[in-house]
Amino acid sequence: MTQPLLDVDKLSVTFQLPTGPVTAVKDVSFSIAEGETLALVGESGSGKSVTSTAAMRLLPELAETTGAIRFNGENLLEVSAKRMRRVRGNDISMIFQEPMTSLNPLHRIGRQIGEVLTKHKGLKGDANRRRVLELLKQVGIPEPERRFSSYPYELSGGQRQRVMIAMALACEPKLLIADEPTTALDVTVQAQILDLLKSLQTQYGMAILFITHDLSIVRHFADHVAVMRQGEVVESGRTVDVFDAPQHDYTRMLLDAIPRGRKAPAPADAPVMLSARDVKVRFVTHRRLFGGNAYFEAVRGIDLTIRRGETLGIVGESGSGKSTLGRALLRLLESEGDIRFEESDISALDKSGMRPLRSKLQVVFQDPFGSLSPRMTVGDIISEGLKVHHPELNRRQREAEVIAALEEVALDPAMRNRYPHEFSGGQRQRIAIARALILKPELLLLDEPTSALDRSVQVRVIDLLRNLQQKYGLTYLFISHDLSVVRALSDHVLVMKEGRVIEQGPAETIFTEPAEPYTRALLKAAFLENEEVAA
Amino acid sequence: MTSESKPYSGDNADGAPLPAGGPNPPHSHSGPNPPHSPEPETTAASAAPAGESLARDAWRRLSQNRAAMASLALLIAIVVVCVIGPWLLPWGLAEVDWNAFGTGPTLDNAHFLGTDANGRDLLTRVLYGGRISLSVALVASLVSLVIGVLYGAISGYLGGRVDNLMMRFVDIMYSLPFMFLVILLMVVFGRNIFLIYAAIGAVEWLDMARIVRGQTLALKRREFIEAAHALGVRDTKIVTRHLIPNAIGPVIIYVTLTVPKVILLESFLSFLGLGVQEPLTSWGVLISEGVDMMESAPWMLLVPSFFLAATLFCLNFLGDGLRDALDPRTR
Repeated sequence: MTQPLLDVDKLSVTFQLPTGPVTAVKDVSFSIAEGETLALVGESGSGKSVTSTAAMRLLPELAETTGAIRFNGENLLEVSAKRMRRVRGNDISMIFQEPMTSLNPLHRIGRQIGEVLTKHKGLKGDANRRRVLELLKQVGIPEPERRFSSYPYELSGGQRQRVMIAMALACEPKLLIADEPTTALDVTVQAQILDLLKSLQTQYGMAILFITHDLSIVRHFADHVAVMRQGEVVESGRTVDVFDAPQHDYTRMLLDAIPRGRKAPAPADAPVMLSARDVKVRFVTHRRLFGGNAYFEAVRGIDLTIRRGETLGIVGESGSGKSTLGRALLRLLESEGDIRFEESDISALDKSGMRPLRSKLQVVFQDPFGSLSPRMTVGDIISEGLKVHHPELNRRQREAEVIAALEEVALDPAMRNRYPHEFSGGQRQRIAIARALILKPELLLLDEPTSALDRSVQVRVIDLLRNLQQKYGLTYLFISHDLSVVRALSDHVLVMKEGRVIEQGPAETIFTEPAEPYTRALLKAAFLENEEVAA
Repeated sequence: MTSESKPYSGDNADGAPLPAGGPNPPHSHSGPNPPHSPEPETTAASAAPAGESLARDAWRRLSQNRAAMASLALLIAIVVVCVIGPWLLPWGLAEVDWNAFGTGPTLDNAHFLGTDANGRDLLTRVLYGGRISLSVALVASLVSLVIGVLYGAISGYLGGRVDNLMMRFVDIMYSLPFMFLVILLMVVFGRNIFLIYAAIGAVEWLDMARIVRGQTLALKRREFIEAAHALGVRDTKIVTRHLIPNAIGPVIIYVTLTVPKVILLESFLSFLGLGVQEPLTSWGVLISEGVDMMESAPWMLLVPSFFLAATLFCLNFLGDGLRDALDPRTR
């Protein structure tokens, strides 16, 4: 190997906090050659983003950096701020995870890309415009002429990420730092963006530092990989080598963290728990004084049946209406159509009519950071349902129930007086599960319960859900875009797109012999086959 | 730091209890922004006795905030002095000392802070004025707090047509000229000190209602509100247990801004002859009198200004302290 393009040598980053120094990155070394892709892999909190931010010298002033980051032999930690501004954008550029927030909502996208060109290349006027249009075309934005004067809100998530890439490529950088560029996107869009990055990489001959937590992407995308844990690189090498023969226990654990196993099928003659006929949900988009309102139909007529002890997986990309359907089935949203719970029609019940049933129909939400009120203690959060449904219990009895529920989800009951912010994502999700379980529900709506969690944490939460289902004969309505998780948990699968069911059937059939092209595209984009081989 | 910034997300083995006093800071980085590490005192807070309410918890955290506690002490001292002070002083509110017109602070005749141009004892008048100013501030802020928070939270929570109607009513109230309202009230009820409370209270809650409604609109889409719906919690409980406590930060800040506004509004009314009338006085009135005499008798401006400034200063510190104390995330 010739001289590497980027050489990170014994990099350490320490944050000087009022409470004492905290080391986020410890003695990290790796290097990237020209035109190569290195993936920095690790779970949240492993210091991978801090490392890349250090390379751009964008860390807050609290941070103390030691070691060296050499770019073409020049130590970026020592150059002047002025020189660094030229390096940023010109030689090294960056794309971020959130395409929704990394574009300025008030400027047209043509102008945002053009600004980079003006600043670094001095391109103005017509030349600027031509180059911007060329870039938009290269990143695969349809109708670049028209999109040039669009605002970011007019674009989809995938298109915004393409615009971000166009901005990053504007000055033909030698190194692109991609910080979880596809995490916020749907799987099919994710595959397109990765393909785009790959082809642009060959075209421009640039190196990519790819930061991700998703190992299946790494396998398909990176030449080299460095696995980080708690601020240290525990293993690095060629992707093939690391994946085929992981040396470190942590790498092995990460590779192993795939939801495995299949659900034991529920008896076929189990009674029907919940059934729905022709469920429709529509939202008013424009209120008009005359001539009726304009509607957006989120769910367009869905039939389904869930038997006791069964898990129905609902799969689909964002905007497919799967979460809306789940909420409508539990009557958290107004809907049309017939919904029956244990033989009785619940579709016409009002709020107070639903209240006694609420203890049987419970929900666990996606975002473990948003689903717990930050100003209530964990004990108060979990016991709230008891106050509604079992007002006869006194404080001591409620407390005993809370302790039992916390033990059920493998959390230390002594933590019930703490507030949610003191817990990690996985722990919060356990708290949310405890809040649902304490009412002894029969049907649990799980709305992407594992999406916001690290893989290894996901696997544990899935195990927990599976055990609870067995122990209490729970029925799950499991909504997810993560196909491997759905496969591990579901009896039946329902594939949704644009508010309709595209395909449904037993989980194994859907995953092994998908009939519809859309289902096949989803499965392919999820790199599922390879994971299954690995398993 | 918001809840979204995942201060403690991390590679703590999931399910394993965090060590007392929070997770290990070195392992909990999730981005370039260093998370707030818990203060050492939080170990005690975390091991708090069971069933502790947010209020008691907040009080303990507030009592650890020195600036806020000092402000609270000074504030209480000002209130106590204003209430009982006038009884201890030899001079009455409208009593004229024919031997001392506009004298500076002196020990003669117990004019500790001097007299005004009419020979009335300034300290006595400042303390009487404090009663008026503080009570107007207290009542008007409470009215704006209670009505504004409830009105805003209900409007934002119910949404749709109800929200529309409730907010249009607020708009109409806004568009009424304040003076017109006061004169109208005076015509109906006659001249009365309670009129000031009513007039100021009727106007001040409008801002609060808008602020709380905005907060509520943002909060009600959060998943913990949906979770409460799924638990079957009643609407009234959702508003009082979930929405209002989570909107409290901006509310407290706004209250600390309302108090000085109200005190100044009252002096404005008095200046126009619509507020308190001679010989009764208030800090605002005293200050505006002091401004006229600034060159010949500066103490007439400085003394009431000092009391007003000290009160507002304390309120700001106390407000900041309360906001932090009521947010469990900041400890």
